[in-house]
Amino acid sequence: MKAHTIGEPGLLRWALILTALAFLAVFLVLPLAAVLAEALAKGWDRYFHALFKHDSVSAIWLTLLVAAIAVPANMVFGVAASWAVTKYDFPGKSLLVTLIDLPFSVSPVISGLVYVLLFGLQGWLGPWLQAHDLKILFAVPGIVLATVFVTFPFVARELIPLMEEQGRAEEEAAVVLGAGGFRTFWSVTLPNIKWALLTGVLLCNARAMGEFGAVSVVSGHIRGLTNTMPLHVEILYNEYDLVGAFAVASLLAFLALVTLAAKTAVEWWHGDELAATRRH
Amino acid sequence: MSAAGGVLTGWIARRPLRVIPGFGATMGLTLTYLSLIVLIPLAALFLRAAGMSPAEWWAILVDPRVLASLRLSFGGALIAAIVNGIFGLLVAWVLVRYDFPGRKLVDAIVDLPFALPTAVAGVALTALYAPRGWIGSLIEPLGIKVAFTPLGVIVAMIFIGVPFVVRTVEPVLADFDAELEEAAATLGSTPFETFRLVILPAVGPALLTGISLAFARAVGEYGSVIFIAGNMPGISEITPLLIVTKLEQYDYTGATVLAAIMLIISFLLLLGINLLQKWRRRRVEA
Repeated sequence: MKAHTIGEPGLLRWALILTALAFLAVFLVLPLAAVLAEALAKGWDRYFHALFKHDSVSAIWLTLLVAAIAVPANMVFGVAASWAVTKYDFPGKSLLVTLIDLPFSVSPVISGLVYVLLFGLQGWLGPWLQAHDLKILFAVPGIVLATVFVTFPFVARELIPLMEEQGRAEEEAAVVLGAGGFRTFWSVTLPNIKWALLTGVLLCNARAMGEFGAVSVVSGHIRGLTNTMPLHVEILYNEYDLVGAFAVASLLAFLALVTLAAKTAVEWWHGDELAATRRH
Repeated sequence: MSAAGGVLTGWIARRPLRVIPGFGATMGLTLTYLSLIVLIPLAALFLRAAGMSPAEWWAILVDPRVLASLRLSFGGALIAAIVNGIFGLLVAWVLVRYDFPGRKLVDAIVDLPFALPTAVAGVALTALYAPRGWIGSLIEPLGIKVAFTPLGVIVAMIFIGVPFVVRTVEPVLADFDAELEEAAATLGSTPFETFRLVILPAVGPALLTGISLAFARAVGEYGSVIFIAGNMPGISEITPLLIVTKLEQYDYTGATVLAAIMLIISFLLLLGINLLQKWRRRRVEA
């Protein structure tokens, strides 16, 4: 007698698997493949030539600079916010968590717009900034601010559920045994959260280097000066320099794949040290 | 004055005992940073929008170009979110319940839209669906045009929404009690009946949360949409792009009001998602 199994018959099972894979292939894998195919359409020589053009190189440097400021800033904030939210009780906690998540539900274009309204010539601080010869908008500080805004919640969002699960007992024990606040964080909390922190920083960095809408609004698109890599992709694309656009895009796609690989590696080997929602 | 003082000392007396040091420092840093980066700039936008007369608001709102863009942004996002709801549930189902070669790789690739810059997704999708692209050249003879039409907008919105439904439904499906399914099967229900009557009600709230997250993301999406959309005013122009256009024409009033409208709708959505998650938690605990 055939063993009675719970669940779907084999044929249906494979039909479901193949449909799911086809959906992912069309919507996720094909676009990725298209980037590489377009970048290499005219051969490796043209590809590298496009990458090492002056404007492309300065876009790469600006992207690295912006991420180098925005990511550590958001990392410090994310850790401090998660610590404050999970290690103490205070009224309005869930409101604070909602506010930390807020930038995720704001259109990137609006994230840029708010700074234009603050620092632009028509904005509140614009005339004062101009009188003191300070440039925020259409300059690097504006790009950094917009990037910080859109990548704001990543680290805290990764840490808060984990630190909530871990509770406070270990920290309280450390304090009772005489450790100070910083020592407690460094020797007790940090080892517990290091992999979740890494995941948060990876996602934060990927978004920081790849942000387009918010940065596009505040950058002013000055080639060689305020052009990040994603903005440079757009400029080259609109000039019909497809090899150039896709060459820069392929670098960003590579960054995305490295981010995914690193995140997946953390989930495979240290999944039990991440928040429950991250374990699969 | 004394009443305020009384409230203050009362609050201090009721203040919970905090063993772990650093509350003032971390909370101070959190609130300062949050205010400077997010709250004050957003408040500035709302103050500016509130400073305009109802007539100005109305004039912007009833502009056919604005209405068409809102219809496309919200309507397109709704369609994309529903497509993601169906296929996201399917992908989560397959990943959680079946074992097949490459399952872990597939699971990892689901997060690609979180990691791939939107501008890259935008140019890649355009290359795929353009008349001479890999997919475009296949569907063009069938009379289906995707690139540079509202359909292209929806395709881009589907792309960026893929992980939301999968990642919210996955843990719920994984925790689902197999005994319930076995009970349903012993009581004579077919696999489809079990799915519809036993499994779907259990994952329903998570599915709805995932769909609303995908919807919220798609509504505001800019980078991946503008390349494939063609951006014809009134036809394939999304609201975020219209905000940028108004800004480039120095129409700060128009841009601000449009942004405020989008934000108000998004905040209401966020509120809805939070209530949904509370409802979920209550159901899980019950």
